[in-house]
Parts: sequence; structure tokens; C-alpha cells
Amino acid sequence: MNPIRMAVAGTLESSDVMVRVRPAEVLSLEIKSPVLEQYGDAIRQTVAEVLADRGVTAAEIELIDRGALDCTIRARLETALERALS
Amino acid sequence: MRRSLLFLPGNQPSLLQNGAVLPADALIFDLEDAVAADEKDSARYLVASALRHLDFGRREKIVRINDDHTLREKDIRAVVRAGADTIMPPKIAGSALLQEIGALLDEIEQEAGIEAGRTKLMPLLETAAGIELAYESALASSRVVALALGGEDLAADLGCSRSREGKELLYSRQRLIIAARAAGIEAIDTPFTDAQDNTGLLEDALLAKSLGFSGKLAISPQHLKGIHQAFTPTGAEIAYALEVIKAMEAGLSSGLAAVSLRGKMIDKPVVEQAEKTLAIARASGLLAAAEEIADAE
Repeated sequence: MNPIRMAVAGTLESSDVMVRVRPAEVLSLEIKSPVLEQYGDAIRQTVAEVLADRGVTAAEIELIDRGALDCTIRARLETALERALS
Repeated sequence: MRRSLLFLPGNQPSLLQNGAVLPADALIFDLEDAVAADEKDSARYLVASALRHLDFGRREKIVRINDDHTLREKDIRAVVRAGADTIMPPKIAGSALLQEIGALLDEIEQEAGIEAGRTKLMPLLETAAGIELAYESALASSRVVALALGGEDLAADLGCSRSREGKELLYSRQRLIIAARAAGIEAIDTPFTDAQDNTGLLEDALLAKSLGFSGKLAISPQHLKGIHQAFTPTGAEIAYALEVIKAMEAGLSSGLAAVSLRGKMIDKPVVEQAEKTLAIARASGLLAAAEEIADAE
């Protein structure tokens, strides 16, 4: 199910990630991270898994990463999607 | 072994991550007081994801859930499926809510293919009614493994101020311990709330140990060392416990139910106390070394 409203989850504190989700016609992903070069693919993979789990096919997704672990990225994206769907 | 049980705020990733390396016996992932009302969903997702994906080793993974009915069920469903060992429901007074939560756990464990009864309960008693009904809470379900004391809320409910020495909670502490021990479960003391006062923390933990608590809640990693110091048997206590067991074994082989050691009578209760000391020493990794020294002597 695709987002029906804009929603945000997470913070800009160290070890966290702020995720912003907006309704859109297509799927787009923007990542800002100090470790984008090393972990960009892993972050994209995590995002893709969460979106697939939730059946999201169209949304504008923005991640501002502050060195978050994979489990934190998952949790913040799930929260933002839940908020964007409710 | 539950000497130290450390609270971790449920919506702060950096602190949750630290839990994987801190030397606490148990971690309490807090979805209640440490989380703002509009971040309850976020904390629930974060704690569930941490439980699922981070390795906390042998530490018991406890989750303090919310008191509100709607949040409570969502919290329990999310964290039990993610691998929580124990649920800590706040403000418990009596058996009704614990039995309701027990029934929900039965349902979730069956749905998720989790071993029946795996998820334990550690009710937090933090109201006058909670203390008054402590024994009923302790016996509410076979899942209840310990009663924990929440001193701050209790003091507010009693209308008294908290002091460094904690004398205002003495009766409540003893009442909770008696209820827990009568039910054959553990008693966990309230946290010491001044994170900077390590001397006060040690005195408070030693008092808790002397009263009969088996461990203590902690709100700061800085308190873990003092709590372990208070609740871990000393070398002399371990050596004495080993002597007690040895003396009683010798007595039993001679047909005696009580023997004398260092001028004091040793009988069944003393042996049971020695066995408890050795169980903690064993779990703390101290017993092997002590036995080697005793054998060498």
C-alpha cells in the first residue's frame, strides 16, 4: 500500500536516521549519509526489503543518516510508512 | 541471574546499541516513561527491530510496556514476536491484569510458533495498592518470575518524599520481598536515581541485598559496578559456603542432620543459603576459581 500523506520518523542525533516519506506517482529514494560510499548499497537493500514487505510501489523517500545501524533504518522507515498510511 | 537490570530508553538508537556491550545481567527496553507520547509507535518499532537484529548475548531481554490498554497490546504483540524474554507491565496491583496479559501471551506464542510459556512476566509494583496485593500478583501466573519495586511512583502514591537512605520505602521493600519469596520467585529493588552518587548507590544496593532482594533496577550504566559489588558474593563468602557444603556432606555420611563449623551449628537452612551463594558465584564465573583454591588447601 502506498503512502497517502507525508510522514517523518527518526531524528538527526548520532546513530539515528531521519526518514521522510511523501506520496508520489513513482518510487524515488534520496540518501544523505556520511558513509554513503561504503554502505550506500546496503542501505538501499534495506530500504528495498522494507518497501517490498509493505507492498510500497510509489513513494518519495528521503533518508538523512547519522550513522544508523541497519536495524534502526528498518525501524524508522517502518514507522514513517505506518504514519504515512494511517 | 538477575543482579543488575538496566533501563534503556526505547527510542534512542545509540543507547539501545550500547546495551549489547554493557555488563548488565538484564536489559529493560523502556517503551513507557522514557518515551514521549507521540513517539510510542516509533519506539515500539525500534525496540522490536533491535531485539530481532542485535546480539545482546546472554543478557535477559525485558521490555517495559505501556500501561494504556491499546498501547499495551500493540507493545506485547511486537516485542514477543521479536524475541523478548520477559515483559514488565507497570503499575500492577493484583492478579487480573497479569492473567489477561498471560492469556494474550498464550495466544501470541501459539500464533508465532514460540514455545508455550517461554515469555516471562516481571510486574512492576509502584502503587500502594500494588504493594498491598503483592502476593496475589506473585501468584497470578506461572510466568511471573520476579516482583520489581518502582520507588519513585510509589513515593508519589504514598505522598512521601524520596530520601537518599530510602527509609520511607523500608516497609514496602520488605513487604514485596516477603510476597515474592513466599511465592518462590525473585525480588528486584527499585533503582537508585542519582546517577552521579556512586557511594549512595553502593550503600543502597548493600541495604537491598541485606533485606533479601536478589537484584536491583538501574537507570545508569554507572551503577552496574556498585550493584554487582553488592550482589556478588565475596571470596570469603564463597569459601565459607564451600566449607558449609563440605561439612554437611561429611555430617550426612556419618548420619548427622546438623554439624558444627567454626563453632556454629550448620543445618538445612544454612546449607540452602550456602547453595544460593554458590549458585550466584557459579553464574558470575567465580566458583571455578574458588573451588580450585579450596581444593589446593
